[in-house]
Amino acid sequence: MKIAVCIKRVPDSETRVKIAADGKTLDEAGVKFIVNPYDEFALEEALRRKEQAGSGEVVVVSLGPAAAQETIRAALAIGADSGVLLQADRVPADGLEVARALAAELKDGGFDLILFGKVAIDDSNHQVGPMVAELLGLPCVTAITHLELGAGQGTAEREVEGGIEVVEFPFPAVLTTDKGLNEPRLPSLKGIMAAKKKPLAVKPITLPAGSIEVLAMLPPPDRKAGKIVGEGGAAVPELVRLLREEAKVL
Amino acid sequence: MAPKFQGVDFYEVDGLLSEDERAVRDTVRAWVDDNLIPIIGTQYSAGRFPKQLIPAMAELGLFGANLPETYGCAGLNNVAYGLIMQELERGDSGVRSFASVQGALVMFPIHEFGSEDQKRRWLPQMASGQVIGCFGLTEPDYGSNPAGLITTAKPAPGGEGWVLNGTKMWITNGSTAQIAIVWAKTGALDDPGSIRGFLVPTDAKGFTAKDQTGKLSLRASDTSELVLEDVRVSKDALLPKSEGLKSPLSCLTAARYGIAWGAVGAAMACYDEALQYAKARVMFGKPIAGFQLQQARLVEMLSEITKAQLLCLQLGRLKDQGQATPQQVSLAKRNNVSMATDVAREARRLLGANGILAEYQAMRHLANLESVYTYEGTHDVHTLILGQEITGLNAFA
Amino acid sequence: MTSVLAVLEQRDGALRGVSHEVVTAARRLADALGGTVEALLLAPRPDVKGVDALGRFGADKVTVLHHATVFARYAPEACARAVTTRATGGKHAAVLLAASATGRDLAPRVAAQLGVPLASDAIDLSADGDALVVTRPVYAGKALLKIKMTARPAVVSLRPSVFTPVERPKAGTLETPSLASGDSGRVVVREVKAAPAGSLDVGEAPIVVSGGRGLKEPANFKVLEDLARAFGGRAAVGASRAVVDAGWRPHADQVGQTGKTVSPTLYIAVGISGAIQHLAGMRTAKVIVAINRDKDAPIFKVADYGIVGDLFEVVPKLTEEIKKLDG
Repeated sequence: MKIAVCIKRVPDSETRVKIAADGKTLDEAGVKFIVNPYDEFALEEALRRKEQAGSGEVVVVSLGPAAAQETIRAALAIGADSGVLLQADRVPADGLEVARALAAELKDGGFDLILFGKVAIDDSNHQVGPMVAELLGLPCVTAITHLELGAGQGTAEREVEGGIEVVEFPFPAVLTTDKGLNEPRLPSLKGIMAAKKKPLAVKPITLPAGSIEVLAMLPPPDRKAGKIVGEGGAAVPELVRLLREEAKVL
Repeated sequence: MAPKFQGVDFYEVDGLLSEDERAVRDTVRAWVDDNLIPIIGTQYSAGRFPKQLIPAMAELGLFGANLPETYGCAGLNNVAYGLIMQELERGDSGVRSFASVQGALVMFPIHEFGSEDQKRRWLPQMASGQVIGCFGLTEPDYGSNPAGLITTAKPAPGGEGWVLNGTKMWITNGSTAQIAIVWAKTGALDDPGSIRGFLVPTDAKGFTAKDQTGKLSLRASDTSELVLEDVRVSKDALLPKSEGLKSPLSCLTAARYGIAWGAVGAAMACYDEALQYAKARVMFGKPIAGFQLQQARLVEMLSEITKAQLLCLQLGRLKDQGQATPQQVSLAKRNNVSMATDVAREARRLLGANGILAEYQAMRHLANLESVYTYEGTHDVHTLILGQEITGLNAFA
Repeated sequence: MTSVLAVLEQRDGALRGVSHEVVTAARRLADALGGTVEALLLAPRPDVKGVDALGRFGADKVTVLHHATVFARYAPEACARAVTTRATGGKHAAVLLAASATGRDLAPRVAAQLGVPLASDAIDLSADGDALVVTRPVYAGKALLKIKMTARPAVVSLRPSVFTPVERPKAGTLETPSLASGDSGRVVVREVKAAPAGSLDVGEAPIVVSGGRGLKEPANFKVLEDLARAFGGRAAVGASRAVVDAGWRPHADQVGQTGKTVSPTLYIAVGISGAIQHLAGMRTAKVIVAINRDKDAPIFKVADYGIVGDLFEVVPKLTEEIKKLDG
């Protein structure tokens, strides 16, 4: 099985977001970067499928700045066989441009599966995986929480409102992964050492700016200070009155 | 539910680490957060070493991490090894002690003083956690003065092998270990030059290990007394390159190096907990973090941790260059453990009444660090080691 | 005359509520551009319940494209192709979809096929000359990004429960063509299994009652289910990460950074301390109520109204009072 896993270097989910002086981007001072948590499910799935098949190759691909090499190394430490960094200092806000660059790299790879995390926790865009699938003309299932593979075709499950869709698809295919698909493994220290010897190709690219322009990054609107209505069950009638007459939500 | 530990790094020490070293640190950090921290309060209260974590620790590669890959070890450098100890002790000193003993006090001497056969026989199994070891040097009457030890190893009557007699005390992992490295005198009792190391299977006839009870410190660790009564071992049990007191002392230096880092981890845990608590705990209408006395406490903690971090890093770099001296290790162990006990105590006080509960870390670390202050060379012994080093005058006795 | 294409959703023969939000947003945008709203619904049959009301929310024209087998369930490739076919030619300034589970799957396919970008999970939408200005949350809601989209059409998915449906009646002329091709595509939805328990999804319910570790045991969630029921089918029960990780509640109910981000009209946090990651999931709720016995719990800082007390005493009392309201 030859599987590609696309990963993204993102700020840690516990980061306190500070807006940079340009008013449009994140201030990266003191920010810790990690592998996008949803991509970890993708990587874990790829490794399990390769292990189950008994042979195969897992290639990790990432688009990002030079520092993303460390992110790829982390994936190599977890068990991927090789990595490719499409090195771009400026990553456009337009996900379609990112998808085009990734699709060009993945096109001739002969992959049976191309896996993405369903969404990156920084831009929350939910789009690059399925866009790559479209550009490559491949079938795609998004946000999978369960996967079974047969010969040349597979079945996946995904959560929808009030239900679970059971979806069948042929290979080769693009899948995006959601929490619940598996339990990602930690790298072993030996894996960290072995990662140093695995191939990591760095390919500098420049992406077009695309047609999304960032006008501003803003803090979320402040909520007005609230009030404690009272204590215990006795405060309930007053709460209900306020919700009705003041907040007007009942 | 505590937020995940974000690290303490006021002076950007992370930038001085290599990518691998950071990756090792981050991996162990995540493992400790997920597997050790959630259970350690109850294990400590119950006085139990969390044995169930041994397979996971082994799989991660924590045992003998700085020993070569040829023997199934991770082959990391000493800075990475130190970072492992730092993160483990951020969890608990007792659990870090387990790893220190396994790696620096058993696997290290086998690697350093053992024959190729012994290395191949024991090291891979110890790296994988299948065999646990312990280090038998200290005796009931010989702690700070190991040269005076009275455990003997006499040639076995009628030919091959040795017969060992003696008692060892304060032996971490003693009751769990399958193998004990016992240091014994092969010659006269007043001849420390005759000290040699022996690999003793703990199921040998005449060998008993019994846990010491009533501990108020290092409760999540097995501390045992070993009794050897005419224990017979084959001639292959001798670690052939061990020679005199300097052999066990070099093991201690290896362990002390890890402990210098570990103490920083414990201090970081206490500082981080105190800081989060101070920001959330409201008294007199504002968080206690806004009061001068608590700020002073926190600043003092941060200063000491920052200094100790830099101390460890340079020591690790020297060690990787093959240049670290035992006295340099003494300075780091002495300084870092001492500052960590202070940090733990001040953190405990900042936490107020909550600070006496096992739910919080400070008091557990405080109690543990008292042992760490005393073992592997007491604070005072290291003072004299350094005093002798700088003045040339022996003030031991 | 420019127009905005609103892509709607149906399930089991009835229009999904979120579709009113999409039409409302489309109407607002179309008014700003001086244009029309075309609503497109892909359905197994032409007679979908609720379609006749779409004019009320501002649709000038409604197309129900139907095919009994292809559109029996969501068909990613056939649906994408149908929307793309409709949107090709640049006659629309924008194509709007709900950022529902289906919309999240469909929108990127449509955008890529049209060769235009996609703005996901928008919470605000306006026109700037020929371009679209979209505001969307990033970093798990810790910041908002304001972007300008100059491509035509701009494809935008809308965060559910943000674009409150507003009636602005238009003709709503209905046409019901049938889909010519019988090809569902390579990706086939075989079935939709029922999710365990609750019918109303936490991500779309106007009222969410969420519980945390303060509930002490999984069985105690019953007091929240009782409260949710008292709201007469408008409320869903959510959960903090702690209780989902502990296995008390399913992941689909989790509100927070690694669960769902919700924007209900009313969010009631019961026995939830208010860790940052949870707040990230519900801070955009219109009104937040917190019930917790610890008056220093961080949740009270974000709540509009709070009651300090034992939730086992307060919640049943609240359920009683809510029941009295509707009568």
